[in-house]
Amino acid sequence: MEFLTTLGLEVHCELSTATKIFCSCTTEFGGEPNTHVCEICTGMPGTLPVLNKQVVEYAIRTGLATNCEITQYNKFDRKNYFYPDLPKAYQVSQLYLPICQNGHIDIEVNGVKKAIRIKEIHMEEDAGKLIHDEATGMTMVDYNRCGVPLLEIVSEPDFENGEEVIAYLTKLKSILQYIGVSDCKMEQGSLRADVNLSVRPIGQTELGTRTEMKNINSFRAIARAIEGERKRQIEVITTGGKIIQETRRWDDNKGESFAMRSKENAQDYRYFPEPDLVPVEISDEWIERVKGELPELPEAKKTRYLEEYKLPEYDVEIITGSKFLVDIFEKAFEVCGEAKEVSNWIMVEVLRMATETATDVEDIAFDAANLGKLINLVKAKVINRGTAKDVFEKMFTENVDPEKYVKENGLEMMNDDGAVLAIVKSVIENNPKAVGEFKGGSQKVKAFLVGQCMKQLKGKADPATVNVLMAEELEKV
Amino acid sequence: MKITDEMIDYIGALSRLKLQDEEKESAKEEMEKIINYMDILGKLDTEGVEAMSHAFPVKNVFREDVVMPSTDREIITANAPKSKDGSFVVPKTIG
Repeated sequence: MEFLTTLGLEVHCELSTATKIFCSCTTEFGGEPNTHVCEICTGMPGTLPVLNKQVVEYAIRTGLATNCEITQYNKFDRKNYFYPDLPKAYQVSQLYLPICQNGHIDIEVNGVKKAIRIKEIHMEEDAGKLIHDEATGMTMVDYNRCGVPLLEIVSEPDFENGEEVIAYLTKLKSILQYIGVSDCKMEQGSLRADVNLSVRPIGQTELGTRTEMKNINSFRAIARAIEGERKRQIEVITTGGKIIQETRRWDDNKGESFAMRSKENAQDYRYFPEPDLVPVEISDEWIERVKGELPELPEAKKTRYLEEYKLPEYDVEIITGSKFLVDIFEKAFEVCGEAKEVSNWIMVEVLRMATETATDVEDIAFDAANLGKLINLVKAKVINRGTAKDVFEKMFTENVDPEKYVKENGLEMMNDDGAVLAIVKSVIENNPKAVGEFKGGSQKVKAFLVGQCMKQLKGKADPATVNVLMAEELEKV
Repeated sequence: MKITDEMIDYIGALSRLKLQDEEKESAKEEMEKIINYMDILGKLDTEGVEAMSHAFPVKNVFREDVVMPSTDREIITANAPKSKDGSFVVPKTIG
């Protein structure tokens, strides 16, 4: 029997506001347990939440960047459930009137373009963290994360496979970073995805029963979880079993999912309008202002880079795929005006150093203006490319200023042709055997002789100049 | 509407409550009264009346995104039945 897979995603994204959604505690990651909490985010009786305006602003921005309609009359609702990660025993969320609706994100997989529809985006609060203490058999609760603002971005079940899911998440992450609403650090949980998955035999129109896998926190784990759960469901069905609607936990080490709890139905959450928060009305002017302030988004940037800078499509794809590489590109370009050079440096040296030092692209810390300066130094023939690479490594790891660094370490090329010529002459004089071989017709030997010169010049000469001088001098022998 | 034993058990489970038999009986009775009152309200003609969630015509109450000091965790955890090293301690939950 052949099966079709239906996949939908719920992505939770922590917003990079300074404070929590309903109180003025910091949203900073980490911290000693319960040091970023107050009476409001720990749900003490008699306290009242007050909405952080920036959360609404970021939600509108996200909606506009993902082609959504903005809901102009907003309310919050209570989602009731009893679990110690939420001290109020309910989560403030939006069920009936989510702030963004009916959007889409365009993805491309193996050359095929496709739109993934976004059903809705709503604002809600994050929950606290539970740490199970093996020693005492008790659970320790830390509310530092409780009340950190979240956007939940719900897609329609438009995915057919893991590749499409990864393409969507990559695009979504890059959009969220471009518009500056979230740092999307998956390892810190600021971007988390729940996967809803069902299978059905080809020919069956009715969708199969779905399961939900929660909080998977890396793209690769998501791809593996999808493949694992798809296989599990097919096996259950083909061996005569039935899929139960439930929440499962994906164990990426074991490569298996495990049942966590039978999934509550929406009615089990006994949603009702949040009486402690007044409605939010978003005016046309507000939406227009946010629209006007949106930065250039990945698609538009890609088109512009191709047309304006005539860069190779692959390079543009990689660079515009990450806000952080774009920042490096634009800052370096501003300094040197050499788009192709900057792009080459990013594609080769920046990414190489990132891999070698195991640095995530978002954590690259050097000042990109320095890359522009470095390119200028090469262009002005102050240093050659070999030296530039060494300087770049220093820039990448220690953020040195290349102009200062070159000067302080005497790395300037010898632009005095007379001095270079003297070295060329001495190399010819000291290598009679090689010169003889050259005269006998061996071209290889010339490269050896040039290499000897560069060695004596400590790499601080323009190899092209040395080449020309060497050819001239050899003619004379 | 009649509140059945199954309904009471289900609502109890959602609320993580273990009810004694006599508690169930009184809860059934009370809930039935509430639901029946809703039935009375439901008879009102609300044709053309927009649903409302708040009694006051107030909207857009916001706070600026400025960090204020948090509360000392000794104070926050002071009334907790159990705490340890600054964390609240609760019975083991299913991970």
